[in-house]
Amino acid sequence: QQKNLEGYVGFASLPNQVYRKSVKRGFEFTLMVVGESGLGKSTLINSLFLTDLYSAEYPGPSHRIKKTVQVEQSKVLIKEGGVQLLLTIVDTPGFGDAVDNSNCWQPIIDHIDSKFEDYLNSESRVNRRQMPDSRIHCCLYFIAPSGHGLKPLDIEFMKRLHEKVNVIPLIAKADTLTPEECLQFKKQIMREIQEHKIKIYEFPETDDEEENRLVKKIKDKLPLAVVGSNTIIEVNSKRVRGRQYPWGVAEVENSDHCDFTILRDMLIRTHMQDLKDVTNNVHYENYRSRKLAAVTYNGVDNNRAKGQLSTKTVQDKTGRQGEIDGGGRHAAKNQRPEPNSGHCRQDFRTRDACSTR
Amino acid sequence: IGLCDFFLKDQGVRPLSLAGHVGFDSLPDQLVNKSICQGFCFNILCIGETGIGKSTLMDTLFNTNFENFESSHFEPQVKLRAQTYDLQESNVRLRLTVVNTVGFGDQMNKQESYQPVVDYIDRQFESYLQEELKIKRSLHNYHDSRVHACLYFISPSGHSLKSLDLVTMKKLDSKVNIIPVIAKADTISKSELHKFKIKIMSELVSNGVQIYQFPLDDETVAKVNTTMNGHLPFAVVGSTEEVSVGNKMVKARQYPWGVVQVENENHCDFVKLREMLICVNMEDLREQTHTRHYELYRRCKLEEMGFKDTGPECKPVSLQQTYEAKRQEFLVELQKREDEMRQMFVQRVKEKESELKEAERELQSRFEQLKRLHADEKAALEEKKRLLDDDQSSFSKRRAAAQLLQAQSLTANGKKDKDRKKRLSVSTLRQPPRYRLYIDQRT
Repeated sequence: QQKNLEGYVGFASLPNQVYRKSVKRGFEFTLMVVGESGLGKSTLINSLFLTDLYSAEYPGPSHRIKKTVQVEQSKVLIKEGGVQLLLTIVDTPGFGDAVDNSNCWQPIIDHIDSKFEDYLNSESRVNRRQMPDSRIHCCLYFIAPSGHGLKPLDIEFMKRLHEKVNVIPLIAKADTLTPEECLQFKKQIMREIQEHKIKIYEFPETDDEEENRLVKKIKDKLPLAVVGSNTIIEVNSKRVRGRQYPWGVAEVENSDHCDFTILRDMLIRTHMQDLKDVTNNVHYENYRSRKLAAVTYNGVDNNRAKGQLSTKTVQDKTGRQGEIDGGGRHAAKNQRPEPNSGHCRQDFRTRDACSTR
Repeated sequence: IGLCDFFLKDQGVRPLSLAGHVGFDSLPDQLVNKSICQGFCFNILCIGETGIGKSTLMDTLFNTNFENFESSHFEPQVKLRAQTYDLQESNVRLRLTVVNTVGFGDQMNKQESYQPVVDYIDRQFESYLQEELKIKRSLHNYHDSRVHACLYFISPSGHSLKSLDLVTMKKLDSKVNIIPVIAKADTISKSELHKFKIKIMSELVSNGVQIYQFPLDDETVAKVNTTMNGHLPFAVVGSTEEVSVGNKMVKARQYPWGVVQVENENHCDFVKLREMLICVNMEDLREQTHTRHYELYRRCKLEEMGFKDTGPECKPVSLQQTYEAKRQEFLVELQKREDEMRQMFVQRVKEKESELKEAERELQSRFEQLKRLHADEKAALEEKKRLLDDDQSSFSKRRAAAQLLQAQSLTANGKKDKDRKKRLSVSTLRQPPRYRLYIDQRT
């Protein structure tokens, strides 16, 4: 029931208390980037976090030749304004680069699942300490700027991952598209996404009118077309990140040139916490309930290699059936004495017949 | 300890410097905004004797009028009454649950007084644990009913703690954050109060009671918390009545000798309690409840159920593995029981069968016996019949012979007849007497 306060109590300071504690604890965030080689994934990460995640010392995955899809993690600790962020970037070199790309998403799905598994195990321990959260909070999917539509690989990947992780599709190297081409491309992509019922990350509705208007503006621009750069160029006596062409400079942080600032603001400044919450409350819970239901239903882990699984269940079934049969036979053995006693009675009667004669 | 510090010890984490403003320093704000949207929840448990001022203090602390029931001193058992209220201060919504003990300290035998309290606290932990262990769960929507703070009201005797106090607090100190307060502090003078506080704290320490210490790890509040820790236990006065002091209306208690002002720090520690409990450490109380008391409960409960983190070879075992192992055990046990029951059934059937066979045999033998008897009787009867037949046949022979003799004696008289008669009479002599009579008559 609602009660009105007649004076100062003081719990309005609760948000401050929460603020203090969260700063003390520090934050974590894991970001996954997926896309073919050469789409500018590493460059975009560097631009987003204004740092050289990949440098000469720690070369990015694209500089290394990969034969199959790998999943690589880089962990960095960044500080800003007293806030510590443990950032993990998960890169997937080799994705979409092979001639035959069927199942190239499997290592990625396995990686995401293994992170959920780790979290589930640490959550299920009897002695729980600090639970490090290495679950993937967001997956940036890079679409090649063909200008036409999504490729089958794009659709297949997003369909398989949209229920495991927050997928944010991006149009990479957007400086190859004119604004009109970009608009067409975006519309086509969104149409295809809806057609295939792909659930990309959705911005939450809030009570705030202002915020809702901003959210609507972002929604209209999806998927975001981005440009990244590692170089700083001087434009109009300002130092900006951009790409120098003979015909001009494509500025990364210019909202007329691309949607980079929208991505950065959304990903880092306003919705980072929401991405983590959706991962925790929706994707992880789905994984967990599926995993636990499988364990309790069959006594067998249903989520591992299906090949092993089927023989195991068959064994289980026959095992159980074997027991039932044994039991059945056993019961039959038990039942035989009953007809025997009847037989005895019959004997009794025949003997009687004999004797009366 | 920050999570990031935890990770720096981990390999492969390198610090990076930023070339500009990225913007993730808004992360705490994002978190805070979310929690404001969701609303907060806080649960206080007040333990104290009837009439010690628990409800009044709650009303005073939260500046509102909670529904208070005056309870009698004649409750047969300690009960707990929980009430939930929705409060709002500026843009912060708080769902407050106040739990009061009813009848605490009133019974003659107070040995079990603490039990209902412990049970209540455990029940709240249990229902959280149940939710956490569910397959389909919604923890972020779950209304957390676990007790975050326990205000223990000490009677202002001025001397020391009662044994009931010590026993109860000892039972509760590993389950909940205990904040002892001296109730009705306006009955103790300043000097007595000082001595009383020292006595109480030393008794708590010597009995190993762990009361809640205000946290010192956060630099922003470490200083004020340290000072406050030194003022424990807080001596409080509660009042919802207002008295005019100077030109203001303040919450106070009016006595003939003066006015005790609740919010005057010289008069009592009410403001300190409010500061510590609500303004500074409310979030820490919630956190301690979750990370320390609840984890302890959970660990004990799981260990009780047989779950361990390491298997018999000291290898880490996950919950699923343990669960599966237990399930197998259970199935084996079930099978064993089934077999046992089947065995018993077979046994019983065999016994019954042999019983029936035995009965059959018995019946059979009795039948034989009866048959024999019947045969014997029959034989005896046959014998008698034969004898009778013999008699009859010999009689008919003699009669014929007698007739013949008569016929002969009639036709011839001579010695031959006499001889024959003699012979006949001799032969008649051999006959049984009755026949002789008959022949004599005839002759």
